[in-house]
Amino acid sequence: MSHSHDHDHHHDHSELSETELRVRALETVLTEKGYVDPAAMDKLIDIYETKVGPRNGAHVVATAWTDPEYHDWLMKDASAAIHHLGYIGRQGEHMVAVENTTDTHNMVVCTLCSCYPWPVLGLPPVWYKSAPYRSKAVRDPRGVLKDFGIELPETTDIRVWDSTAEVRYLVIPRRPEGTEGWNAEDLAKLVTRDSMIGTGLALTPEQLCEAVSS
Amino acid sequence: MNGAQDLGGMMGFGPVVQEDNEPLFHGDWERRAFAATLAMGATGSWTLDASRHARETLAPAQYLSSSYYQIWLAGLEKLLAERGLVTADEIAAGHALTPPAPVKRKLMADDVETTLAKGGPVDRPASAPATFAVGDHVVARNMHPESHTRLPRYVRGRPGVIEAVHGVHVFPDTNAHGLGEQPHWLYGVAFRAADLWGADADPKLTVRVDLWEPYLDPA
Repeated sequence: MSHSHDHDHHHDHSELSETELRVRALETVLTEKGYVDPAAMDKLIDIYETKVGPRNGAHVVATAWTDPEYHDWLMKDASAAIHHLGYIGRQGEHMVAVENTTDTHNMVVCTLCSCYPWPVLGLPPVWYKSAPYRSKAVRDPRGVLKDFGIELPETTDIRVWDSTAEVRYLVIPRRPEGTEGWNAEDLAKLVTRDSMIGTGLALTPEQLCEAVSS
Repeated sequence: MNGAQDLGGMMGFGPVVQEDNEPLFHGDWERRAFAATLAMGATGSWTLDASRHARETLAPAQYLSSSYYQIWLAGLEKLLAERGLVTADEIAAGHALTPPAPVKRKLMADDVETTLAKGGPVDRPASAPATFAVGDHVVARNMHPESHTRLPRYVRGRPGVIEAVHGVHVFPDTNAHGLGEQPHWLYGVAFRAADLWGADADPKLTVRVDLWEPYLDPA
């Protein structure tokens, strides 16, 4: 099927995929019809590219590691405790923090779509939204951890949290050994995105050194 | 509905593969598809539940062979067409061919931050006490609606224990279909892996799933 309207476009189509062209066409129609403000779209993109990301969650975790009162508040009312640090809004309206211990490891998934705590972790990586992760996490989380290069003792209890409603889960990883006396700002550097999903652990001080020097 | 979105427990997809130095968006079209989805969501033309349903009603072969932003894009096009906001001809033409239909709101650049900060809380006042309490034994209903539901297949008919009472939340099964919020009590339900996956399951695994009261029966 050919569309005679296409010659109205003056873009170089040769380097654009069908999907790219479709998105461009859709945005033009939405703008022409007055449904969206392209400047608002720019702003939405900018916020998630520059302001919202896993550094926010790392701040929450490091605060909980260093401030026992904050830790208790976070475990009791995560929405309020997280909002208190300024991380609030869409896809983080109803937060629950789940804490790893010597006995228990937590992992978060959304088997039905891609639910993820945006205000503290930003937008999810591709693997989080992919069929391999969503299918396997609830049945074989140790297999998932292996895919991430992690092996937990067989005696460790694993709890997998399937985000089927609007409650969003943030994993509080274990504080690595050898970090006694560290302040929250330095501790936050150890808190990776994956450690707050539960597909990773917080970095050890040695791993942080390697990451910084590489 | 029993669509391709309901992936829990399926096999054969291979290992979880991470991308080194993954960018937030892979190309500009992902940026624009993401922002268009949020900006159109803000017009109030559909609920978040309706947008999830639009994605899960994609044909399974299409769903499983699309990237996630391609799924979002296809879902957005479907919602726009269903509501008479944008026709397929217009997307093919790359220009508006019909007058716009009225929408409730338009998200302007200056309002983006406050709109995101406000979010869309789904907790509602209780009109009746919760049927279940922490520690109660329940069974997830064996039901297979062709319409939207957030009861994953892998827990249907399985016994679990109430571990949390989250409050009264908007019910996706009605809210996705223009039938209103009809809020119900929402519970955190724990399932033992052996009850979900049989004798070979990881003996140390518990799966926690958030389920609304109409998904549950007393055990």
